[in-house]
Amino acid sequence: MAIRETSAGHEALGLDEDDLRRMHYYMLLARRVDERSWILNRQGKAAFVISCQGQEAAQVGAAYNLLPGNDFLYPYYRDSGMTLLLGQTPRDQFLSLLGKKEDPNSGGRQMPGHYSSRRLNIVTSSAPVGIQYPQAAGTALAYRIRGEDGVVLVCGGEASTSGGDWHEAMNFAGIHDLPLVFLVENNVYAISVHAEFQVAGSIAKRAEGYGFPGHEVDGNDVLAVYEVARDAFGRARAGEGPTLIEAKTYRITAHSSDDDDRRYREREEIEEWRQKDPIVRFEKYLMENDILDESERDEISERIKAEVAEASKYAEGASFADPEDVLSGVYAEA
Amino acid sequence: METMNLLQAIHEGLAEEMRSDESVMVLGEDVGRAGGVFRVTQGLQEEFGAARVMDTPLAESLIVGSAIGLSVNGMRPVAEIQFADFIPPAFDQIVNEAAKFHYRSNGDWNCPITIRAPYGVVPGGALYHSQSIEAWFCNTPGLKVVAPTFPADAKAMIKSSIRDPNPVLFLEHKRTYRLIKEEVPDEDHEVPLGEARVHREGADITVVAYGLMLYTALEVAEKLSEEHGIQTEVVEPRTLYPLDKETILDSAKKTGKVLVVSEANLTGSFSGEIAAIVAHEAFEWLDGPVMRLGAPDVPAAAFARPMMDYFMPSAKEIEAAMLELARY
Repeated sequence: MAIRETSAGHEALGLDEDDLRRMHYYMLLARRVDERSWILNRQGKAAFVISCQGQEAAQVGAAYNLLPGNDFLYPYYRDSGMTLLLGQTPRDQFLSLLGKKEDPNSGGRQMPGHYSSRRLNIVTSSAPVGIQYPQAAGTALAYRIRGEDGVVLVCGGEASTSGGDWHEAMNFAGIHDLPLVFLVENNVYAISVHAEFQVAGSIAKRAEGYGFPGHEVDGNDVLAVYEVARDAFGRARAGEGPTLIEAKTYRITAHSSDDDDRRYREREEIEEWRQKDPIVRFEKYLMENDILDESERDEISERIKAEVAEASKYAEGASFADPEDVLSGVYAEA
Repeated sequence: METMNLLQAIHEGLAEEMRSDESVMVLGEDVGRAGGVFRVTQGLQEEFGAARVMDTPLAESLIVGSAIGLSVNGMRPVAEIQFADFIPPAFDQIVNEAAKFHYRSNGDWNCPITIRAPYGVVPGGALYHSQSIEAWFCNTPGLKVVAPTFPADAKAMIKSSIRDPNPVLFLEHKRTYRLIKEEVPDEDHEVPLGEARVHREGADITVVAYGLMLYTALEVAEKLSEEHGIQTEVVEPRTLYPLDKETILDSAKKTGKVLVVSEANLTGSFSGEIAAIVAHEAFEWLDGPVMRLGAPDVPAAAFARPMMDYFMPSAKEIEAAMLELARY
């Protein structure tokens, strides 16, 4: 199976310049929020950081197909590019990072990266890897039962395909032609374990065994991811069933702020992938197509920098929940 | 009023909820065309269709996980685990997901699912169709664990469970499915979750029991009343977690003597929690040790009938324990 790359320019994909600017903005915003998060960690202000860096194209390209309010997203803990695109703000991200009361994901209960927003149809997520897949299948099944055209996007890394939950959900999705898009962001590492020791054969090809299409796509090419996801969403919305997308990408940072990746990978390897940075690559495309020039890029960058700085400052000054709040909300009231 | 057994009562409760609320559905192994291995869901697929009474693949994590996802998208699913012994693959979905949805999202999401699971020792059940699994789950904030024993309670409580905005593990003792019949109210009779029931009043000793052991305890209580004039108060928790401590403590304070009986392996059983609550919070009223009777700490339960019977707390053992307690 050949890796799909952008075969057509954005116009052939039905995207206009505003779409591209929007994609670029959210990719860069996700990167800058992430970078600021590491600084807050190194300053001793943030206890834990988990990164999206390197995966912004896969995230924004796929999530750009979600119809807000109509579709559901089951993100995994690196998907800040998706949650920002859907409407969570940098403030939200930093409030979560610092565990503040106003953290919209959890009110300071969960680690950062454990996204949730009922308003935005982002389903509350957790830490056990792969546990979201059967849930996403159930959410898609509800659409199928009611004959509605909603689509569910569920995401995970390549290691999330190793456990039973992924396979159980793939099987169930295939049986009932569920309107479900599986996005596997294959970033090569599960903490320290290389995909070579995680994945037998091809993830994408496994879909065939479950009776639906699977595609490998260059996960650092936002337009290529958008295209393959657009087709997958189209299939799902038309009642034709699920699609598996394996986006080949790379985790630029360590697994988390508690991980030292020098123990298990060479600096040269990271440098190689930095040359393939999805944001730099997209900016090159935008400039070559006269959609963006240097000064516009700098202007956007400055705007994001200011937005991130303001958001970080706000979150740093925000209050923690009252300590006794830890006792509340175990059960929902009727 | 119709007379029905536990199976029929749960069936009726499910059917009534499905008739009154289109979002209520059933999913699990063999629940559809076959109507469930115990026939609890018999006829439901004919009435409500294959989508709302869905036969699933044999994958327990998927059954509970997809139920969670269905509830996310407006449904009120009732997931059946064919035998409680097969619930471990779904443990992650129940404990780490369903039970934490509300808390971890600071109240933004909730998870209104019901998980039915037949438990308990039954002849021929052997090691994988016999276990009492309640203690595994009665340590999980956010989850409710209920174990009604009488048909009228079970019908009302399956309805309360479905309507509850939280995940509920609904345990049904297999050996009580056809054991007794009683009149079950037709009307929308409600038994709220979290309320224990005093089956029999008495001033001398208290027995707390559920499942098959409750029936046995009630029989022994009658016998002791007739033969020894000992008046036993029998309390059924009905909801194990969160527990109605007040009703149990009220009885403990009244009799001063408490025995907790279940057929779970004794060490780490939920009986231990009940006993600890009584020992701590009713200490000054107690006239004897808080006693527990349970199964020995060996896997439940051997296939051969003599070994199975030996494993179970017997009426004779329960009677001996009650007499011992009464003599303090």
